[in-house]
Amino acid sequence: MTVTLNHYLLLSMVLFSIGVMGVLLRRNIIIVLMSLELIFNAANLSLAAFSYYLQSINGMVFVVFSITVAAAEVAVGLAILVAVFRFRKTVYIDELNQMRG
Amino acid sequence: MFDIIWLIPLFPLTGAVANALAGARIGRKAIGWIGCSAVALAFLVATVLFFRLTGLPPDQRSATVTMFGWIASGGFQIDAVFLADPLSILMALVVSGVGFLIHVYSVGYMHDDRGFGRYFSFLNLFVFFMLVLVLSGDFLVMFFGWEGVGLCSYLLIGFWYEKKSASDAGKKAFIVNRVGDFGFIIGILLLFWSVAGQGVQSLRFDAVFDAARHLPPHTLTLVTALLFAGAIGKSAQFPLHVWLPDAMEGPTPVSALIHAATMVTAGVYMVARNSVLFTLAPVTGEVVAGLGIFTALFAATIGLVQNDIKKVLAYSTVSQLGYMFAAVGVGAFSAGIFHLMTHAFFKGLLFLGAGSVIHAMSGEQDMQRMGGLYRPLKATAITFIIGAVAIAGIPPLSGFWSKDEILYEVFRRGHPVLWAAGLLTAAMTAFYIFRQVFLIFSGPSRADEHTRSHIHESPRVMTVPLIVLAASAAIAGVFGFPFFKGGSPLHHFLSPVFAGGVHHAGAVAEEAAAGHGATAFILMGVSVVAAVTGILLAAFLYAEPFRRRAPSGLHPEVLAKRFTRLHNLLLNKYYVDEIYGKLIVDPLTRAARTCLSFDLSVIDGLVNGTGWLTRLTAWFSHQFDIYIVDGLVNSLATLVRYSSGVWRGLQTGYLQNYALIFVVGVLLMIAGVLVVI
Amino acid sequence: MTAGNFHIPILTLLIFTPLAGAVIVALLPSGGNRRPRAVALAVAVCNFLLSLALPWGFDATTHRMQFVERLPWIPEIGANYLVGVDGMSLLLILLTTLITVIGVLCSWSAVQDRVKAYMACILIMEAGMIGVFVSLDLVLFFLFWEIGLVPMYFIIGIWGGERKLYATLKFFLYTVFGSVFMLVGILALYYAHGSLTGQYTFDLLKLVEVNYPFGLQCWVFLAFFLGFAIKVPMFPFHTWLPDAHVEAPTAGSVILAGVLLKMGTYAFLRFNLPLLPSASIAFIPYILILAVIGIIYGALLALAQKDLKKLVAYSSVSHLGFVMAGIFAVNQQGIDGGILQMVNHGLATGALFLLVGIIYERRHTRLMDDFGGLASVMPLFAVFMTIIVFSSIGLPGTNGFVGELLILVGVYKASVPTAVLAATGIILGAVYMLRMVQRVILGRVRHPENETLKDLNYREFLTLVPIVVLIIWIGVYPKPFLRLTSTGTAHLVETVQSKHAQLMAERQHTAGYQPVSAVFSDPRGTNATDSARPHSVRIGSARIIREEL
Repeated sequence: MTVTLNHYLLLSMVLFSIGVMGVLLRRNIIIVLMSLELIFNAANLSLAAFSYYLQSINGMVFVVFSITVAAAEVAVGLAILVAVFRFRKTVYIDELNQMRG
Repeated sequence: MFDIIWLIPLFPLTGAVANALAGARIGRKAIGWIGCSAVALAFLVATVLFFRLTGLPPDQRSATVTMFGWIASGGFQIDAVFLADPLSILMALVVSGVGFLIHVYSVGYMHDDRGFGRYFSFLNLFVFFMLVLVLSGDFLVMFFGWEGVGLCSYLLIGFWYEKKSASDAGKKAFIVNRVGDFGFIIGILLLFWSVAGQGVQSLRFDAVFDAARHLPPHTLTLVTALLFAGAIGKSAQFPLHVWLPDAMEGPTPVSALIHAATMVTAGVYMVARNSVLFTLAPVTGEVVAGLGIFTALFAATIGLVQNDIKKVLAYSTVSQLGYMFAAVGVGAFSAGIFHLMTHAFFKGLLFLGAGSVIHAMSGEQDMQRMGGLYRPLKATAITFIIGAVAIAGIPPLSGFWSKDEILYEVFRRGHPVLWAAGLLTAAMTAFYIFRQVFLIFSGPSRADEHTRSHIHESPRVMTVPLIVLAASAAIAGVFGFPFFKGGSPLHHFLSPVFAGGVHHAGAVAEEAAAGHGATAFILMGVSVVAAVTGILLAAFLYAEPFRRRAPSGLHPEVLAKRFTRLHNLLLNKYYVDEIYGKLIVDPLTRAARTCLSFDLSVIDGLVNGTGWLTRLTAWFSHQFDIYIVDGLVNSLATLVRYSSGVWRGLQTGYLQNYALIFVVGVLLMIAGVLVVI
Repeated sequence: MTAGNFHIPILTLLIFTPLAGAVIVALLPSGGNRRPRAVALAVAVCNFLLSLALPWGFDATTHRMQFVERLPWIPEIGANYLVGVDGMSLLLILLTTLITVIGVLCSWSAVQDRVKAYMACILIMEAGMIGVFVSLDLVLFFLFWEIGLVPMYFIIGIWGGERKLYATLKFFLYTVFGSVFMLVGILALYYAHGSLTGQYTFDLLKLVEVNYPFGLQCWVFLAFFLGFAIKVPMFPFHTWLPDAHVEAPTAGSVILAGVLLKMGTYAFLRFNLPLLPSASIAFIPYILILAVIGIIYGALLALAQKDLKKLVAYSSVSHLGFVMAGIFAVNQQGIDGGILQMVNHGLATGALFLLVGIIYERRHTRLMDDFGGLASVMPLFAVFMTIIVFSSIGLPGTNGFVGELLILVGVYKASVPTAVLAATGIILGAVYMLRMVQRVILGRVRHPENETLKDLNYREFLTLVPIVVLIIWIGVYPKPFLRLTSTGTAHLVETVQSKHAQLMAERQHTAGYQPVSAVFSDPRGTNATDSARPHSVRIGSARIIREEL
């Protein structure tokens, strides 16, 4: 059986859904960050798949950009996370409800 | 040639100021010297002027000396102006002469007093004001002196200010005098505007008198009546006589100088000075004469029963002043002035004698506790008796001539009733003065042991003035002796002043021509008989050797018992003070209190009520503001607050909630897009 | 300005020296009471000396305003900084500067708390008072009138007695109440002048040249009357005075009695008579009645007092009744006497408050019954009290007599019954004043506390001496003082009479075709060009009716 575009897209969708579920349901903020990575990479995967399918280099370029941005984003996110942890001594997201009205 | 007239009042003023400023630092001797020499110098200058005056022909014996402009406002121009004429110079001589003697006497009398310097300062100040009064050439300058002597009288009556009775008496004197001055000042205003209507805008005597001839009679009557009101106050005539007996609270020399010899006679002088006006207003003249004789009789009756040595003399002064007013009232101005002069001598003498007695009796003033003082106080006694004989009207002493001239003039000018009253008064005068003489000097001493052991004759400095005054009282009658060719010298001397009166000019000449006829001698005889009767009656009642021979009913206690009511009435001075208390003082006090409560409740109440009303309105608007105006604003806020409760629930603060909503939203949008497509 | 080369703006200096002094005093470093006192005294004395220059340069032979300074201030509405003096204001300025020096001196030891603020208040008040007496512009006048109020409000409210808040509020609100009406009156005149002449100005010298219609005069008179009569204070408006006096510190009372009250009588003379002559003449009977009631009523009230300050305060009501009667006699003697009596009252009553303050400082009581016999322990005090009391009674030889006599002479001419009734005030004055003398200084020392009282010290002696000197000086030789005012007074009387006569004549003349009030039914003055012209006649060309005197 050949791996078609649909398979890639299906995988990408599954990864995306796992990522969304992770973001929405997990309490540990590290897991939430990792789930975010999953969402990113789901998107990257579909970009790469479409790039190959359409024989266009543009998609590849986007993927490279996206990975770079994701790396930066993780660095900032982890830094915030460390700061939050120092400040609140917790990484559980349901305890961080300072914005509550 | 009269330019130096201002020196006369200046000397006493200097003395007063010097003693006031330096009195605490220089010794008593210096104070006494300053005080006496100031008055002596004034007397000297007055004497010089007197001789200058007599050196002139009679019709030129009047000179005004303008010192400086005093008050000037539009046409109201008042100069400080002095007048030298026979009347003013004569008065200046009397004031400074008698004043000098009393100053000398005071050096002895006040010797132990704490306020020696203050006393001489006040006394000199008094002489200053009195001299200004008599020498003034203008109504207002006269008023300056007039009020000034009132001030000094106030200060000297209340000299021993720690005594309540003394300060009360001073206050009473000043206020009663003010009542009279009220009339006086209104009179001056009326006079000023009346003569201003004639084109004369001045209050100088000469100018006013010239203009007065053209004034309507009723104006003149009113003016003179108002001026006389001032005289009533100053000269203690009924009904304003009440202050003078109380004024005896002051030191005795003060009583002698101010309340016998000089100040109280200012009213008489004033009427005489305005002889022109009073001659033109015969109605007022009648009133003056009637009131004068009434006061003379009224005060003499009170004097009959008083026991205070000075009170007797005070009522006697009121009575004698009544005589003077009778004289000037009927138009016999020179007779009034003559009596003023002799009275200054003998009443000053009597007061100083009384002072000497009080001095000897360690301050005792009740005659019931005296007696037998003739032997220890020989000089005082003899001089006092001379004074008594003079006032009783026994020839040839001065009192006889002056009093008799008044009675004669009153009779001659057609007032037999007044004459009879005057005669009765003369008898009473003789009685009360000799009652006093006998009570003080005759019989056994009624004083207590302690006082008796201290009785002593006064020092030279006090007896010498007594002797000089006694001599003057004895011989001053010469000036009014009517048997000289061309009438009495005093009359002659004064006639240029009084000749100004319209009808009077003729009268003087006629009188001089007629001389004293048979009527005069008969009247003289009658008055001598009256005086002798009075003296004999006093002797029977009070003098030891006569008392035993008196009829049984003639005894002071018996008489007092038989006429209890009358005796009480007289003893209480006709209750005039009490009547004034009820009629004037109490209502005034009540009016003051009523006004105060009216002011606090009604007027201030209105103000505070307005304030309260404002606050009430403010309270209402405050409530309105809170509940209605502010209420609207607040209810909007409340609405927002309550609704916010609902919305705040959405903001959980959980990131995942927001994300979930976000995802749900995205899904819904996708679903929506799908449905639309 | 009098001479062409007199260019020092002396009036402005007089106003601004104390203001600058107040600033300096306020900026002094805190701590130590000596320095603010010394600075304030120096400023007050400087100002007094400065004011002494006025009579030197003053030309008494003309009625015109002198030392005039004019600067545009708010040109849009025609308000100018316009100041100048005539004889009347000159006397009152001298009184003000003298009383201020005395006020500073007499608070030397009486005020220990917040001295800086206190001295600054006094100096600001001096500026306000002088401003009132020199302003010739109605807006400026109103400004100074109100400026004078504020420091007095604080002086009573901060350094006052027990009921100081009540007293100071009453004083302030009462006066402000009156001045509101005054402001309305000022505006009415402003618009009237504008519509009659086309020139909108607050300049008194210009406003006075116009003869306003009778109806308007009456309304403005009433408005002014309310403002000024409260300040004087006249009979039914007097109740703030005793409260303010009783609660004020000594200097406050002295300044209040000495100067502040004169602002009211001064304003009557400066504004009501020349601006509203016909209304003034029409209101004479009512004012005389109120004045006479004030004289007798005030005297009776004084008679019923136990508190010394209240007694003196009520006696002020009586004395100012005299002043008002004199002013509204509208003749030379009455007005001259009124002006002189203002000065006299300032001196005598100010001095009486000083005396009360002196014994209050020693005994902390003002009740007459707590004293008695002070002549024995404080002889010098007794001497001063006697002299000042007799000045207040109006004894010849003191200033009080000259003033009262002139007033009586004037009032007698205007109305005999008024003069007679007013003269009874002289008797009553003697009654209550001598009662006070007797209770305070005569008799025995009844209270042991009084036996050790100290007599006047040098400072107190110094405050009283100039007053006594002036009392005797004015009493014996008042001519220099009367000379200052008489030309101005003569002119004032002339102005009033001629303007009144002119208005009456016009009224009769124009009655046929146009009532006077018709001019004012049209406030924009559209018909001012034709029908209102005759009303705006210059005094210079008016026929002058000479008074008899």
